[in-house]
Amino acid sequence: MDLKDKLLDSHIAFEEELGPKDSIQKLRNQALKTFEAKGFPSKKLEAWKYTSLNSLIQDDYLLFPKSEKAVALNEIKHVFLYEVDTYKVVFIDGIHSPFLSDTTHDGLDVCLLSAALSKPKYSELIKQYFCSVADKEENMTALNTSYAREGAYIYIPPSVVAEKPIEIIHLSTGDQGPVWLQPRNLIVVDTNAQVQIVERHQSLLEHQVVTNSVTELIAHQEALVDYYKIQNDLDSASLIDNTYIAQDKNSHVSVHTFSFGGKITRNNLNFYQRGEHINSTLKGITLLQGKQHVDHNTLVHHAQPNCESHQDYKGIFSDRSIGVFNGKILVDKIAQKTNAFQQNNNVILNDKAKVNTKPQLEIFADDVRCSHGCTIGQLDEEALFYLRSRGIPKKEAKGLMTYAFANNVLQSVQIPTLKKRINKLIANKLGVNLGFDL
Amino acid sequence: MLTIENLHAEVEDKGILKGIDLDVKAGEIHAIMGPNGSGKSTLSSVIAGNEGYEVTQGNILFRGEEINDMSPEERAHKGIFLSFQYPVEIPGVSVTNFIKTALNAQRKASGKEDMPAGEMLKKIREKSSMLSIDSKFLSRSLNQGFSGGEKKRNEIFQMAMMEPQLAILDETDSGLDIDALKIVADGVNALRTDENATIVITHYQRLLEYIVPDFVHVLYDGKIVKSGTKELAKELEAKGYDWIKQEVTD
Repeated sequence: MDLKDKLLDSHIAFEEELGPKDSIQKLRNQALKTFEAKGFPSKKLEAWKYTSLNSLIQDDYLLFPKSEKAVALNEIKHVFLYEVDTYKVVFIDGIHSPFLSDTTHDGLDVCLLSAALSKPKYSELIKQYFCSVADKEENMTALNTSYAREGAYIYIPPSVVAEKPIEIIHLSTGDQGPVWLQPRNLIVVDTNAQVQIVERHQSLLEHQVVTNSVTELIAHQEALVDYYKIQNDLDSASLIDNTYIAQDKNSHVSVHTFSFGGKITRNNLNFYQRGEHINSTLKGITLLQGKQHVDHNTLVHHAQPNCESHQDYKGIFSDRSIGVFNGKILVDKIAQKTNAFQQNNNVILNDKAKVNTKPQLEIFADDVRCSHGCTIGQLDEEALFYLRSRGIPKKEAKGLMTYAFANNVLQSVQIPTLKKRINKLIANKLGVNLGFDL
Repeated sequence: MLTIENLHAEVEDKGILKGIDLDVKAGEIHAIMGPNGSGKSTLSSVIAGNEGYEVTQGNILFRGEEINDMSPEERAHKGIFLSFQYPVEIPGVSVTNFIKTALNAQRKASGKEDMPAGEMLKKIREKSSMLSIDSKFLSRSLNQGFSGGEKKRNEIFQMAMMEPQLAILDETDSGLDIDALKIVADGVNALRTDENATIVITHYQRLLEYIVPDFVHVLYDGKIVKSGTKELAKELEAKGYDWIKQEVTD
């Protein structure tokens, strides 16, 4: 049976297992119909031209991993930001791990979507927000929605500043053969509230795992959200990340995506601006080797006047790795005085690596500032000579140059320990000891 | 210390150096002057091992050893230092961290352990104060947003830290005001010993009032067409380069 049929056939069992009807059952069933009609995206779709999911949809996946495997904390400590205190919502093979988590209802909600879906006190919020931003027609989003039941649920009430960063961690153990995971996160940051979120997907063993994740984030007026995605998974793991962000007036949301590993990683990152004076920031460092493949597919929809967006993605590619950047900026006719900036710079460290980069600007307003630029190049020989003339060997010199190339994306990381961590990851990936503490 | 014999070098099949002979002994300062495009910067790049240039004929001997096929880092490890006309900007790597990396790479090449942090700090303090560099400057990203003068001062600071046998200063005076020029020149003079040597590459005589050369060579069209003492530099300053060109053509 092919994977699509299996997903369609398994849905009845899934709904039965969920038991009594919950508030989103109708949405799930509609989404399943959408997925049934559309299936998996093929390369014939413009948005999927350079990324094929074919190699992922051949296998027979376990759709509902059952038992929670005990994972010793010291085995996975490095996955967490253990140097600082954080809230944690942790899943092992898609199932919540109370032992590893540190949730709260004290002044803010950091808990499970399954809890929010089943408890009456959340029903109004679920009704208002669940599937309110996600693109219901998008193939993989529809598939996720049809199986939505678990993930992180975060609600930051008006004027509350979350004092600790929140970590959303998905671990997969490789215990049960190939697994297909579909986490669903819902994050609501109310008026004038602030939060920092770190999301990470990590396999503990080499094994086939595909995660088709959907995150909806609603940032109300004056909200301040800082979101970090760490994608440094093993080469057997793939991730399709669908993130939908709606922003109200005067809100600031920034998303940093650090893509350092995994087999196929697809980031569908969508921003919808719904008020004036909004600031949306999308930054990324992609650092690949081997046959890794990362596809950034971004959308910023400017629908109101006087807003800004800043996109800055840096890519570094070695071996036979492949990078894709497809950045769409849509400026509606009424969105005058929009200031949209997009930059995608890539360095190819050898001639087998490949990058496809495509800016896509659709501008219907006449008084806007939109700039975009993309480059694909190699390290500057003259600069390499400079470093080598100081006695720094070629490999380290390349490492330093590459580090310098990616560095300005790191400058906006607001969590110092995370910044340090990413710095170290980059140094390790480049195979250099930069000779100093970063 | 440095012996150059009949050196020919080209870039993209275009001959730039067309038979250079030069002999620099320990304790000496040589100035290489010449009009723009005469090959001055190429010569310094080729000595330091820039792979963008191809040596087609001749030899470069450093302390008796042929270095033609050595990488830039190997030459640096042997004690050759080039102060760049246009130093490269490295965002995110501070001056301090860069010099630590370079110095420890140097030590590693000669089988030494990393310099202990305390010793490194002391040396950095000592050399930076010699060049009137304040500590804020040391924590800035290497060359990023530096003024022309700051870049050159930073080059000499690196030189002071590396303590090379042979220092080549490529147009170190360009972009410097007179105060900065004095500081840089004082630094270079302070680093002089009987054991090391300096090659000063410059278009103008101005720097040579502060770093006084033992020999002056005039480079024109890829060849050294005239050599003399510091008096030659003064003559060039007074008369320009045209008479040299004229002499060569005649």
